[in-house]
Amino acid sequence: MTEREMKKRSTPSARESEETQPQDASSKNKEGEELKAKLDAVLDEIDEVLEDNAEEFVRNYVQKGGE
Amino acid sequence: MSIPKVCGIETEYGITMPKTADANPITASSMLINAFVNEISGKVGWDFVDEAPGHDARGFNLEGSLPPEVETHLVNTVLTNGARFYVDHAHPEYSSPECLNPKEAVLYDKAGELVLRKAMSAAKRALPNEQEIVVYKNNSDRKGNSYGCHENYIMDRQVPFNKIARQVTPFFVTRQIFCGSGKVGSEFPNIPKREVPFQISQRADFFEEVVGLETTLKRPIVNTRDEPHADATRYRRLHVILGDANMSQFSSYLKLGTTALVLSMIEDSFLDDSDLAIEDPVGSLRKVSWDLSLSVPLRRASGGNITALDLQWEFLRLAQKYANQRGTEVVGGDDFGDEILQGWEETLQALESNPMSLSDRLDWVAKYQLVLGYMDRHGLEWDDPKLAAIDLQYHDIRPEKSLFYRLGVKSLWSDAEAEVATHSPPRGTRAYFRGKCLEKFPRNVAAANWDSIIFDLGRDPLRRVPMMDPLRGTAKHVDALLERCNTAQELLDALGT
Repeated sequence: MTEREMKKRSTPSARESEETQPQDASSKNKEGEELKAKLDAVLDEIDEVLEDNAEEFVRNYVQKGGE
Repeated sequence: MSIPKVCGIETEYGITMPKTADANPITASSMLINAFVNEISGKVGWDFVDEAPGHDARGFNLEGSLPPEVETHLVNTVLTNGARFYVDHAHPEYSSPECLNPKEAVLYDKAGELVLRKAMSAAKRALPNEQEIVVYKNNSDRKGNSYGCHENYIMDRQVPFNKIARQVTPFFVTRQIFCGSGKVGSEFPNIPKREVPFQISQRADFFEEVVGLETTLKRPIVNTRDEPHADATRYRRLHVILGDANMSQFSSYLKLGTTALVLSMIEDSFLDDSDLAIEDPVGSLRKVSWDLSLSVPLRRASGGNITALDLQWEFLRLAQKYANQRGTEVVGGDDFGDEILQGWEETLQALESNPMSLSDRLDWVAKYQLVLGYMDRHGLEWDDPKLAAIDLQYHDIRPEKSLFYRLGVKSLWSDAEAEVATHSPPRGTRAYFRGKCLEKFPRNVAAANWDSIIFDLGRDPLRRVPMMDPLRGTAKHVDALLERCNTAQELLDALGT
């Protein structure tokens, strides 16, 4: 059997079983928490970075069509 | 038969001068690029001999269509990394050099961001009264004006264009679920805000045709511009105009990687027996973009319904089978092929089970999560201008202002690698010869374009070196030659031109 055949891509059934593995779920939870913490940190400081007058900034952003 | 998918990304940036009243975008774009050229790169012009955007892949020509830069004499330059940096209509555009595989194209697109950043800094130093030029890597001004991020893939000329258009269309309509950049609201005429508060793609609102030559109006899902910039008897360049500019390198990699695989499958007639066509591709493009639940049914041409996600699963399964049978040399070998297929599969799995878990990888999810978080924290409604401002500022490429860079989205390439790529060309395509000649003989290169370099040796006539094959002129082909030649004259003598 060639190396390529041995590395066969996962099938739809593998894809379903993977979702139900408990270990996978807990690591996903942890990852989810990390993502949420990161987002919270961004939200904490976003107002310092956002353009002062959002309405004016959005209104003045006018472009010509391109391509 | 499939050929290596030499590819590249052209990005038009949105441009503003926030402290200048009535700034003209064309002038601003020229100033931006001139500031970069004067301070950093030195100027070598673009040669227009080969430009013919009016050539249609369906076999006819549009009369009177010159490249816009010829008509207006706008700034146009070539960089030592092989890229083109110029004013296109009213935008600065960075066209990456030809890259040997999708991952490398992502690197050179990222390098483009750094080039634009350097240009902004240079312009700020050059402009009086603290004026500045600011660019955004997005695709619309939220008022109905759109500008593009185009992909290019080399294809085998033998494959009939109509077959490419037919087979790639359902893929193009649905790939946005992983490569859309997200947008607050819609710019489609007469759509109430509450109907589309947020959508997956920046561009879906602007497409009106399935196949066509236009890029600025009546935009088509499959663009027929037939300018191979290479030997036209052997090659076709598929010019893809419907994609969004990606901030996320992962979104961009999946976009190019999956597209390159699908195009190779089409070249190898691997999709001929598959039934993937959908009805109303233009309407479906918007339906998919407007449906954050990823469950909207699309009508299959053969009858019955399918979601964008399931259609992507079908493309993925075919691509997996294709890779097992034929290998993935076309995208740079199995390391890249496996990476693309694995990324594609994991992304579809996550889109199916928990899309928000992709906020560290996909642009539209990262932006959506940021907007939702901000609304939640401040109790805002969808029509609050702050949300539109967040949308725009996500695409700011200045590190101190960009919201994208704060989100910690995973990257494939480091800033250090991208910095090298701002001046050093890809090694595996003709961009290498172009970039190295510019670096070594800047005073003797009069102009360059995708498929030739024109040398000026100080006496008439100018000498043109054609580069009609994107896979020749690589480091392997020309490194020893360039090493040996101390002058442009020696190089031309050695080349026998």
